[in-house]
Amino acid sequence: MEKTIGLIRERIRDGNARVVTAEEMPHIVDELGEEGALREVDVVTTGTFGAMCSSGAFLNFGHADPPIKMERVWLNDVEAYGGIASVDAYIGATQKSTTREARYGGAHVMEDFVSGKAVELRALSTGTDCYPRRTITTELLLENLNQAIMVNPRNGYQRYNAAANSTDRSLYTYMGMLLPNCGNITYSGSGLLNPIMNDPSFRLIGSGVPAFLCGAPGMVIGEGTQHSPASGFGTLMVTADMKEMSPDYLRAATMTGYGVTLYVGLGIPIPVLDIETVRSTAVRDEDIVVDIIDYGIPSRSRPSLRKVSYAELKSGAVELHGEEVRTSSLSSYRRAREIALTLKTWVEEGKLEPALPTRGIDTTRSALPLRETVQGPRVLDIMDRKVISIGQDEEIRTAAKKLLKGETNHLPVIEESGKLVGIVTTYDISKAVVNPGKATRVRDIMKKRVITTTPEEPVDIAVRKLEKHNISALPVIDRDDRVIGMLTAMNLGKLFGGRWLK
Amino acid sequence: MKLIVTFSRKAGKKPIIAQVVRDTGVLINVERALIDSSEGEALIDVPDESCSVVKERLAELGASVRVLEDIISLDESRCVDCGACISICPQEVFSFDEDWKLVMEGDRCVLCGRCIEICPQRALSQKGEG
Repeated sequence: MEKTIGLIRERIRDGNARVVTAEEMPHIVDELGEEGALREVDVVTTGTFGAMCSSGAFLNFGHADPPIKMERVWLNDVEAYGGIASVDAYIGATQKSTTREARYGGAHVMEDFVSGKAVELRALSTGTDCYPRRTITTELLLENLNQAIMVNPRNGYQRYNAAANSTDRSLYTYMGMLLPNCGNITYSGSGLLNPIMNDPSFRLIGSGVPAFLCGAPGMVIGEGTQHSPASGFGTLMVTADMKEMSPDYLRAATMTGYGVTLYVGLGIPIPVLDIETVRSTAVRDEDIVVDIIDYGIPSRSRPSLRKVSYAELKSGAVELHGEEVRTSSLSSYRRAREIALTLKTWVEEGKLEPALPTRGIDTTRSALPLRETVQGPRVLDIMDRKVISIGQDEEIRTAAKKLLKGETNHLPVIEESGKLVGIVTTYDISKAVVNPGKATRVRDIMKKRVITTTPEEPVDIAVRKLEKHNISALPVIDRDDRVIGMLTAMNLGKLFGGRWLK
Repeated sequence: MKLIVTFSRKAGKKPIIAQVVRDTGVLINVERALIDSSEGEALIDVPDESCSVVKERLAELGASVRVLEDIISLDESRCVDCGACISICPQEVFSFDEDWKLVMEGDRCVLCGRCIEICPQRALSQKGEG
């Protein structure tokens, strides 16, 4: 048996349609079987509410008198892209305020507009014969704008990898706070309620399909940026009128240590046309598997600690390395549910009529990494190759002499084999002199936990280590932990005026 | 019951909390303490029935004592029930109810401040410091 979209619409108009949420669907299929569910259910609604950084809106301010061609535009001190005609701009969710940094950004501007608050517009121009004005400052409400059309380049990720941190210090990421030694796991997404997860082959989700977006009736434009359905990470580009949105489903947020983002509510109704739709909408959290990625590794190809299902993530704790580790969701399942339920009402009441795509979405594509034609500086390009080191049984006085003679502040401490075992600094030695105690040998005063770098490491990563640990030098070690160089704050000076910075 | 005890150390480094434990015989759990050369502040947990005797003795020894109740405040209009606070709290103050609504057991809190710092919606604050 198959149903047509016409039949489903007719049932909706007659008030006979059965609309259910994707959360109810697995139980219905259990109860009625696939054929029974196909006969019974006409539309399945989905929903998700979480941080979606790739969001923003096109705004049209209208013309001033005398007119201005707004070349640079700020809204409450958050810069919007003004390189589109004269009074249009695109405000991006993650753009930070020039005055309030991470506490306020593009997402907050959008939330303020939707909440009915006044937003200050400032714009600059060089002035032309047709647009003579050079500056403008004015306060605007959402209703004063001709258009405020949200267009989100990448929303509704099909699923998202969970996060943990194997290092010995806390990390602040876009996946929230990650405690040291894999002390917690964070994840995002609504699992079985996720729109694409209910139609992973994009048979029914595509261009022109209606959607719930931040409380407004909106539409799927097509595939989202970084769309990668071949690996199970499809995305959508979506749009809706901001003037119809609600702050309940559009929320600015700040991920501490990362920056501003926007919590977006998205839901798509899926017409149940055939058995395949019944099967895909009966998806369960147990079926949706992601990796737990180790964010402690500062590289694009971060390793996976294990596979995990949304069912396990949602249970509140996951076993990792033989221990129960607590999980935190970053998206709101409660609001995802509310969205699916609201959408259900909208479909039943005819506010949003299910439709088939006018253009399909590619199901084979994989997102590629950035092609880099110019390699950034690596540690080996600027490190000091002359290493002055010391043994751990040497006297502190010998270390002091070496430091003076070598005109350096850091002495790596090495074993006979050349292996790094510690580090002493001029500070450690001064401290030993001021507080003369039992310490006589280098081993008594050296720091054993040494932060190191490798020759191949990008300088930016090494600099991040220096900043994070508030230190001024890193021993450069090879695969056998032997010190082959030193990277100090002095070496970084080589970057300036050299070939790396133009 | 949780008490915030503040005391001056200018008069000398008296072991105030140890003294109270010995004098009252009440076992006190120190959950957080910040003590430097001039003053100290400790968050202690004492059995409800022994609260008044501990408070009295602390006061006699020159400390000021404040009872902590519902120390973390959740702004329900900001909270979206995401749950970012759940796994980072060392005291397991936060959890979801069966409807995925965030619930809080404030009396377990030891004021480490982590949740206030990381809440994406800035919905959490310390009571009285809103």
